[in-house]
Amino acid sequence: MSAESATLPVGTIVHGHGAESSHGSHHGSGHGHDPNVAHQFDDAAQQHESVLLGMWSFLATEVLFFGGLFCAYLVYRTTSPLAFTLASQHLNVILGAVNTGVLLVSSLFIALAVRESQLGNGKRVNLYLLGTILLGAVFLLIKGYEWTTDYHEGLIPFAKNFQIPEHNLDEMAHNATPAGRFKLFWVLYFFMTGLHGIHVIIGLVMFGIVMYVVKKRTQTGKSYSNLVEVTGLYWHFVDIVWVFLYPLMYLIHPITGGGGHH
Amino acid sequence: MWNFRLFPEQASSFAGRYDFTFWFEVAICLFFTFFVSLITVVLAIRYRRGSKVNRVHPPTHSTILELVWSGVPFVILMAMFAVSAVLFVEQYSSPADAAVIDVVGKQWMWKAQHSAGKKEINELHVPLGQATRLHMISQDVIHSFFIPAFRVKQDVLPGRYTELWFRPTKVGRFRIFCTEYCGTDHSAMGGYVEVLSPADYERWLESGTTGVTQIEEGKKLFTQYHCAGCHNENATVRAPRLEGVYGKPVPIQHGEQVEFVKADDRYIRDSILLPKSQVVAGYQPLMPSYEGQINEEDLLKITAYIKSLALKSEALPTYVPEYDVDKDMPGARGSEAEYDVDKGLKPGREAGEKK
Amino acid sequence: MSTHVHSSSTAHSVAPNSSSDEPLNYLTNGHTVKSWLLTLDHKRIALLYLAGVVFFFLVGGVMASVIRMELMTPGGDVLYSPDAYNRVFTVHGVVMIFFFLVPSVPGVLGNFLLPLMIGARDLAFPKLNLLSWYIYIFGGVSALLIVLLGGIDTGWTFYAPFSTTFSNSLVVPAAIAVFITGFSSILTGLNFVVTTHTMRAPGMTWGRLPLFVWAIYATSLIMVLGTPVLAVAIALIGVERAFGVGIFDPALGGDPILFQHLFWFYSHPAVYIMLLPGMGVINEIIPCFARRPIFGYKAMAGAMLGIAVLGFVVWGHHMFVSGQSMYAGLVFSFLTFFVAVPSGIKVFNWTSTMYKGSVNFDTPMLYAIAFIGLFTIGGVTGLMLASLGVDVHLHDTYFVVAHFHYVMVGGTVTAFLGGMHFWWPKMTGRMYPEIWGKLSAIVVFIGFNLTFFPQFLLGYLGMPRRYYEYPGEFQVLNVLSSAGASILAFGFLMPIVYFALSLKFSPKAGPNPWRATGLEWETSSPPPTENFASTPVITTEPYNYSPEDSERAPWDPFGSTTPEEVAHVG
Ligand code: HEA
Ligand code: HEA
Ligand code: HEC
Ligand code: CUA
Ligand SMILES: [Cu+2]
Repeated sequence: MSAESATLPVGTIVHGHGAESSHGSHHGSGHGHDPNVAHQFDDAAQQHESVLLGMWSFLATEVLFFGGLFCAYLVYRTTSPLAFTLASQHLNVILGAVNTGVLLVSSLFIALAVRESQLGNGKRVNLYLLGTILLGAVFLLIKGYEWTTDYHEGLIPFAKNFQIPEHNLDEMAHNATPAGRFKLFWVLYFFMTGLHGIHVIIGLVMFGIVMYVVKKRTQTGKSYSNLVEVTGLYWHFVDIVWVFLYPLMYLIHPITGGGGHH
Repeated sequence: MWNFRLFPEQASSFAGRYDFTFWFEVAICLFFTFFVSLITVVLAIRYRRGSKVNRVHPPTHSTILELVWSGVPFVILMAMFAVSAVLFVEQYSSPADAAVIDVVGKQWMWKAQHSAGKKEINELHVPLGQATRLHMISQDVIHSFFIPAFRVKQDVLPGRYTELWFRPTKVGRFRIFCTEYCGTDHSAMGGYVEVLSPADYERWLESGTTGVTQIEEGKKLFTQYHCAGCHNENATVRAPRLEGVYGKPVPIQHGEQVEFVKADDRYIRDSILLPKSQVVAGYQPLMPSYEGQINEEDLLKITAYIKSLALKSEALPTYVPEYDVDKDMPGARGSEAEYDVDKGLKPGREAGEKK
Repeated sequence: MSTHVHSSSTAHSVAPNSSSDEPLNYLTNGHTVKSWLLTLDHKRIALLYLAGVVFFFLVGGVMASVIRMELMTPGGDVLYSPDAYNRVFTVHGVVMIFFFLVPSVPGVLGNFLLPLMIGARDLAFPKLNLLSWYIYIFGGVSALLIVLLGGIDTGWTFYAPFSTTFSNSLVVPAAIAVFITGFSSILTGLNFVVTTHTMRAPGMTWGRLPLFVWAIYATSLIMVLGTPVLAVAIALIGVERAFGVGIFDPALGGDPILFQHLFWFYSHPAVYIMLLPGMGVINEIIPCFARRPIFGYKAMAGAMLGIAVLGFVVWGHHMFVSGQSMYAGLVFSFLTFFVAVPSGIKVFNWTSTMYKGSVNFDTPMLYAIAFIGLFTIGGVTGLMLASLGVDVHLHDTYFVVAHFHYVMVGGTVTAFLGGMHFWWPKMTGRMYPEIWGKLSAIVVFIGFNLTFFPQFLLGYLGMPRRYYEYPGEFQVLNVLSSAGASILAFGFLMPIVYFALSLKFSPKAGPNPWRATGLEWETSSPPPTENFASTPVITTEPYNYSPEDSERAPWDPFGSTTPEEVAHVG
């Protein structure tokens, strides 16, 4: 039937109703159709491919989104390296490193969760997901702590108490750097880590939902591995963004002779 | 309403060359437009339904043809690029003998300062035949300085000098427009260039002024803003003397290293507004910032003064008429005189009437 | 993810009092408002987009009419205030670009046709598709609210520092509205990319894809990769304005040129987001009405990908006199000329497609022919703007305004109208009145040229754009332009009216009134919700037309023969 329909002379009417029954192999009308596959897809493989490609395309968008910000960062960092160095020295390198570790471990958990989901081991999937959520929460707590300290030090450019520390001002003055760039560093820092933070929160909410779905579907025997896999991809991306953010924000090499203050 | 024209006036040394390039490109464009339209219409009509023509085996592709109609346009395109790039590079390279006029754009007016001290708003008087370079900056948003009859245009940016040059070839009044959208009165931000014969220009420069040149004004401001207190001979603060600074490389302390930076207009401007951004080697960063205290016009005057300190012995690159207009260039005084780029001034229509 | 409700209702429910025994199609399958607003059917979503883009086109069109009225006379005597004028052209540009032209062809025709053309039941992500529409409408409605609350006066280009520091209008809300709408584009593009990759029916190889699909695919790549950069630029404008940090404003230590780079990095590729789908439409119309295979299929597909890729490296041609370095100008100009090569291939191949064809001059074809001419004029004048020294005089004058209306209105809007006529029978099951169709094509063509050709002259004479008042010597040409605009407005209103009336009064269209090839014509008109009774298998090359056979068969799409008869003489 299907083979003929395409080779019929142009203009042949292919009526869509009445004739077919629920046995139509490709047609997604309820019975016969794999309950794990949404109606627009023919089979699980097609669905799997689409979902993954969809996530990859989304991540491509994200790369360009963060890419634009990294560009702005690089432009201003190369034009005023000192301001960026000085500002960066107010960040807590240790906490940043801990956070990098936390995210890397969470990525590992996710990788394990994906594997377990392919094996159909729902309980373990949820265990790893729970682990990821906890680690994500730890990440956010640490970040929150850092931001609070920044606030008390008057480093949040959106807050009223923002003030460039006196010794930084002097140092920039001695070294040919417009002080506005110090503020700009903090704008970019909060904009980018904030955006990253939002991504983390979205990820955690997603994992909560995934846990629920996994639990439900383990009971009904439906498949959930696609879901775990795409959310996992997303999480790896969030992780990678941080892997770029950490060195760019925290690990700016102190310039010679400038002398750090910490 | 009915005084309209189909071609813009040509009043600078670019205009003729510009129009040549423009029409050259128009010719290419017209050719392709007519060619494409013609083929489309001819083929459509010839092969219209029902006409008796051969329709056997319509070709589905032809690599040769496709190469032809990629290759031929490509060559033409490169020609378009080349001719227009040459024009562009020329518009960027102002001749060394160009006279400089400072222009400040602000919402919504153009202010010009001539080195002789004359200032004007929304008008720009320039001498016929003299290469003139506008040294421009904006006090607020981006503007763009456009003289259609000269075929020149350049955006005028805040915080940064940009330049534009031309050589007027026709006496008369020509419109200036602001062509970068800049807010409410963008469309009212215009005026006229007034091209005068060199003699008239000379007379104009002298008329109605106090006789104070831009440099002298700059000198006054230099004292007024207390620059002199530090930078003059018997100052208590150790500050560099500014004589001979302009145009020379200046040693700048960069952390441990010393780098040399050419002291151009931008450097002078930054030294005044952001003195800490470039501290001269061997000095303390004592100079206060004047950001927000000196406006762009005064900055230009002070810069002119600092420049003059450097150039005292050398020739000033400003407009200095060295010839006797009446003797060397008969007819130049008439309002219709024209300047031929190759041959110099030639008598205008009123030349004969001159006594 | 599962959407079973949807398809099972199709298969099992028989509308109780359906007027005839006709099978349900996507239009009759559910009549409630909810069945429209919560639909996951790509064809219904396409119609939702149609409603949206027509609405915004009228809004933008009303603004255009105000502009043209104001410019009838040199003085400011219609709006009485330059600020009002500045708001009007800004809204005109923003609405026409972000809320009309970018979503027009992809949102309406792309949504409707992509699954049909590749033999799929729907897009890969139907819910995402609906979400895109809601985001679009949300962004558009916010934009209109902003207009009502005071508007924005920065021009559609949002140049800093005017937008960040000096403008007194609602820049931040407008930036947010554009930002949000960007996500609609991104999600649509993503959906199309995935659908094209994974949802093709058996036998629908890449080499057999209709060129419209290639066009949509190339467009989608730009949407996915370009739009986020605009989002960043706009977001930074918002940050700078809201918190007074120097990112772009030099008074605060920023760099205004950086904004222009970020903006054009998106907005130049965006002009190809607007153009390529239009080209896709023309690719379908011309072979069908010339009754022969398209000339140079591979070159046509490759050219569109080439345009999409090259589109990413030429953005600096908007900034020749901005104060970027002379060398940057040289490089960007040089690269820009390369875009003309694939564009030229497209134009020449279209014309060649008429050679040895059997050309019918129905409305879609008239629009397609108009497209070729107008796009060529728009394109070659684009090249004059790409020419460095020549652009110095023409930049920011009416020459630029004329250029981009030629490509956007003469090009894409014309293609969109042609496509609407071509697929109207498929979308609604009704023909449109052909006489009126031809008339509209002619009126639009005349009105368009009368409106925008004088603007080339104005630009060469030096009239700057975004001018509320202008010197008297420019008046004659402006009056011509305004006169043309009223003819053009009439031309655009005509199809809106007769399309609407055709729903009730026009004869029914068969499944394939044009006897076109292409999978979308193999299902009934309007198509059933699930598109095809069973997944089609493709065994032939696209554009499998034969001019000789067509000569022998009667050409009668408008129905003196019944659809069945037409089907059998094909
Ligand atoms: C659909 C939208 C669209 C399209 C398709 C294009 C296509 C092109 N545009 Fe245009 N453009 C705009 C929309 C568009 N543009 C807009 C909106 C602006 C103004 C933005 C603003 O400032 O508000 C603008 C502005 C603009 C500028 C900046 C002008 C200025 O501000 O000073 C330039 C400069 O290079 C330019 C160039 C081009 C070129 C080279 C093409 C090419 O792609 C054209 C290629 C096509 C052809 C060349 C025709 C067919 C080819 C042949 C028949 C082959 C043979 C031809 C020859 C050898 C001559 N455009
Ligand atoms: C897709 C994009 C698109 C489209 C379709 C149009 C369509 C039109 N544009 Fe537009 N235009 C732009 C994009 C577009 N424009 C952009 C991006 C700018 C730059 C903005 C900027 O500088 O920032 C611009 C700027 C611009 C200017 C320059 C303004 C200036 O610089 O000062 C002018 C002037 O003539 C103009 C005219 C027109 C006209 C006459 C039409 C006509 O084609 C419109 C015809 C349609 C109609 C007239 C609608 C028909 C309906 C009615 C008239 C009434 C019915 C109403 C109801 C029922 C409610 N446009
Ligand atoms: C309080 C003292 C002081 C005042 C007032 C002052 N300067 Fe300076 N100026 C300095 C010192 C010290 C330096 C050298 C260190 C440096 O480069 O910052 C300097 C450097 C400069 C330089 C760079 C010189 C070079 O050799 O490269 C310029 C130009 C300059 N000043 C111009 C001005 C102008 C114009 C004013 C007034 C509007 C002014 N200064 C007011 C102390 C002063
Ligand atoms: Cu100044 Cu426009
Ligand atoms: Cu462009």
